[in-house]
Amino acid sequence: MTRPLLRVEHLTMRFGGLVAINNVSFTAQHGEITALIGPNGAGKTTVFNCITGFYKPTEGRLALQSGDQALWDDLDTLTAGGAKSLRRADGGLFLLERMRDFEVSRDARVARTFQNVRLFQGMTVLENLLVAQHRALMAASGFTILGAIGWAPYRKAEHASIERARLWLDRIGLIDRADDPAGTLPYGAQRRLEVARAMCTEPMLLCLDEPAAGLNHRESAALNDLLMLIRDQDKTSILLIEHDMSVVMEISDHVVVLDYGEKIADGKPAEIRSDQKVIAAYLGVEDEEVDKVAAEVGL
Amino acid sequence: MSEALPDRDARPDLIRALREGALAALIAFALFLPLIGFSTVQNMRNEIVLEARWQLLFTLVAVIAGIRFLSTLLLAPWAERRAAAAALTKREVPPNGVAQVWRAMAARWFAPLALGFVIVYPPLVLGLNGFQGAAKWIDNFGIQILIYVMLGWGLNIVVGLAGLLDLGYVAFYAVGAYSYALLAQNFGLSFWLLLPVSGILAAFWGIMLGFPVLRLRGDYLAIVTLAFGEIIRLVLINWVPVTGGYAGISSIPRPTFFGIPFNASDEGFAATFGLPFTPIYRTIFLYYVILALALLTAAVTVRLRRMPIGRAWEALREDEIACRSLGINTTTTKLTAFAIGAAFGGFAGAFFAARQGFISPESFTFMESAVIVAMVVLGGMGSQIGVAIAAVLMIGGTEIMRELDVLKAVFGPDFDPTQYRMLIFGAAMVAITVWRPRGLISTRQPSAFLAERKAISGTLVREGHG
Amino acid sequence: MDVFLQQLINGLTLGSIYGLIALGYTMVFGIIGMVNFAHGDVFMVASFIAMVTFLLLTTWLGISSVVLALFIVLIVAMVLTGFLNWTIERIAYRPLRGSFRLAPLISAIGMSIFLANFVQVAQGPRNKAMPALFNEVIVLRSSETFDVAVSYKQIVIWLVTALLLLGFWFLVTRTKLGRAQRACEQDPKMAALVGVDVDRTISITFVIAAALAAVAGTLYLVYYGVVSFNDGFQPGVKAFTAAVLGGIGSLPGAVIGGLLIGLIETFWSAYFSLDYKDVAAFSILAVTMIFLPQGLLGRPDVEKV
Repeated sequence: MTRPLLRVEHLTMRFGGLVAINNVSFTAQHGEITALIGPNGAGKTTVFNCITGFYKPTEGRLALQSGDQALWDDLDTLTAGGAKSLRRADGGLFLLERMRDFEVSRDARVARTFQNVRLFQGMTVLENLLVAQHRALMAASGFTILGAIGWAPYRKAEHASIERARLWLDRIGLIDRADDPAGTLPYGAQRRLEVARAMCTEPMLLCLDEPAAGLNHRESAALNDLLMLIRDQDKTSILLIEHDMSVVMEISDHVVVLDYGEKIADGKPAEIRSDQKVIAAYLGVEDEEVDKVAAEVGL
Repeated sequence: MSEALPDRDARPDLIRALREGALAALIAFALFLPLIGFSTVQNMRNEIVLEARWQLLFTLVAVIAGIRFLSTLLLAPWAERRAAAAALTKREVPPNGVAQVWRAMAARWFAPLALGFVIVYPPLVLGLNGFQGAAKWIDNFGIQILIYVMLGWGLNIVVGLAGLLDLGYVAFYAVGAYSYALLAQNFGLSFWLLLPVSGILAAFWGIMLGFPVLRLRGDYLAIVTLAFGEIIRLVLINWVPVTGGYAGISSIPRPTFFGIPFNASDEGFAATFGLPFTPIYRTIFLYYVILALALLTAAVTVRLRRMPIGRAWEALREDEIACRSLGINTTTTKLTAFAIGAAFGGFAGAFFAARQGFISPESFTFMESAVIVAMVVLGGMGSQIGVAIAAVLMIGGTEIMRELDVLKAVFGPDFDPTQYRMLIFGAAMVAITVWRPRGLISTRQPSAFLAERKAISGTLVREGHG
Repeated sequence: MDVFLQQLINGLTLGSIYGLIALGYTMVFGIIGMVNFAHGDVFMVASFIAMVTFLLLTTWLGISSVVLALFIVLIVAMVLTGFLNWTIERIAYRPLRGSFRLAPLISAIGMSIFLANFVQVAQGPRNKAMPALFNEVIVLRSSETFDVAVSYKQIVIWLVTALLLLGFWFLVTRTKLGRAQRACEQDPKMAALVGVDVDRTISITFVIAAALAAVAGTLYLVYYGVVSFNDGFQPGVKAFTAAVLGGIGSLPGAVIGGLLIGLIETFWSAYFSLDYKDVAAFSILAVTMIFLPQGLLGRPDVEKV
């Protein structure tokens, strides 16, 4: 029984003459961790940027659904109608390629992190998490006007937002650093904070761009636990770009492999592990990585 | 501490200082030769001729060489020793040293004390100078500085919080001033009604101008705002039937004390309250009006910083792309900063028109925008106290230079200190920037905290890309 | 048609002067990413230096050949203004390098105020009028109502500008200095690693920018015959507009932008309204920025995610 959350269909992205992604299709399921892997320059981050609205894809459809699965039946009607989204009381259907970057996050509830961490360095750890709750707080504050005069429901929402931040700080082990500027945190903590910040937007889908890059073994293990907690407890699905095969094989439910902008494999981690095309793509990269990669995929 | 430092040989120091002094003399001579060494004057036949001013040239060159010589000889080694001593003692100072306690006390009490002072300032000045002398102090210093404090705080929202460099802020000040002047003159509406109207009109213009340009990044935004500022000023100059062109608008209605005019008539303020008539009542009234407006600006800013919109402004300054990934509509966020900043500029403009009774495009030049931006940056971006201190120093400093008649005793009766006002102003701007590039108060106060509010070092805070 | 031709001639002359100043803005922006607000005032100071030198040569030293005098004036103005800008960079901008992005801008605004008021204090607030030079004109087309004429001074301005641009072009494209400049523009840290003296290159850039402004100042004086202490701002802002219009950082762009602004201004004055000529220039700047933010020849600013 599959429950698709995100459907990427025939996605193509060209920059001038360069084809970064060519006709890639895959599906991410509700409640799963989907990993997007591939050698350097395979186009993984470009897929992310298309999904999160930072790039407008040249061709293709990116559809995201929340709530009632039956909404998928209306996908073609929505596409033909030209609207960005279809919203009902029991869920919504969104065409991400038609939405602007902030709309993807605000309306379709897709949150992301960045390959090179993008925290608000001069703001405190707590403030970073409060900024992420902008949408909810903004609505509660009556678009600032009611909040500014101390409207009670806003004060309640503000309190709730601090509690949510406290919860996440507990989860990522940064509660003691809440009042320190984000720029002074060690690198591993900054990565965790960026994940927590994305989670504070209460997303349906969390897109993580190499979350384990630069982490040591212990930090990497802690991150795995955090991601599984997010999947199982917060019911947030995850789409993840990762180079670290141990992370990918350990936590992902589904793996999509890209090479030179094309999809070369798609399946369960165990299937990917033995896929000849994947092995060739990885072995084809750099000589010094061959043994390491071979060991990691279990050859 | 001194024995830790290597012994200095006095002679190389002296030689070095002499060499630096001579070099400075040479540079100064070359730079001053054409414009100080010669003056261009018109002779009897109205032709332009040169007159040499060797004495002045050599005096200046000697002064500069002397300063350089002395600073190399005395100041530089002293600064070095101090820096070395500071580096050595840094680790030894306990966290609760006397200096820290003093600093914490100053940070805690400065704002309330300053507020208390500005509230009692008019009666204080009246008591010290009497009715005749006080007008100048309340008007030129009090009101003048408070207008700039308000403008600085208004622009601080745009530049300091949202990180958008606006070099045309004076345009909104002008919109406010002309809105009040024209509406009050043509429709006879009252100051208290027109004050919000002027602010709303300025905000409206802020949105109109901001909408097309706010997607621009970096210096482009600065340039377009500069261009808009100039366009508005040029329209004010050239649209003579409405704005009066260079001549401006005069006899603008003055504000009343909630309906009671400040004049010598029987219905006037003095007569109503049974006081002898003097124009100072209006000045004092205006002082408290602008004080209230400035405090309103500050209060609104403090409030907004703790609201989602204010946090979004600061987040925008830190990282715009991250903001968008969190679902923040950066265009409307920038637009609100622009509009709210413009509204305060408009309030200040309406007040300015009402206080002067006369406005002309002269008051709304690019230099005004530049001075307000300088206040925000030199004060420390985002810091309201810093901006206020910068405004007091910059405006108060230049005003006080008008008063330095004592210098006439030194330089002779022909000496006119006001001439040197802007010269010193410009030099001081350069000096302060070089001394404190991040402004007087460079730390940022967080808008929320869990356990303890800790100031954030200015080196971490970004300046935005707009 | 005749009016058109005449305005073309006038516009190109004005545009040449704007182009020379614009080069200074664009060079400095290209190398340290700073909007040098004091550049217009450096141009004004150069104009004063040129005037004093010219008077010195003709009235004190008795040089009667105007061409020779002008030649010497150009050299003196370029050297002294270059020296002035070198000093300014050392005092006001170098200590701020690598710090807060807005600090050099504020420092430059302060320097601009200082320079304008320095000239006002040193030379007085009134307009300074020079004896007119090269007043002869060549009539190109003549009709009953209107003569299309080129004045000698316009020809002088074109010649000097063209020669200087050639020399300048050679300097930045064919010499080691030009290569060092482009290297610093791309990546100052990397340039320093491969042995480029970044500080020196930046200093020389300021000197060249000032020398070009000095030529512009001299030509401005020759063209209008009058200068005052607040003549730095308007031409400065227009030249800056020109640099942005052409694409800030692009050298040919600055020249093209300068010519365009000069032409727009003269044509607008002739066909529409003299009063609104500056509004036209600024409006075109704003419109260009909104629809073509990188200017005519600038590199597009790609957003990296």
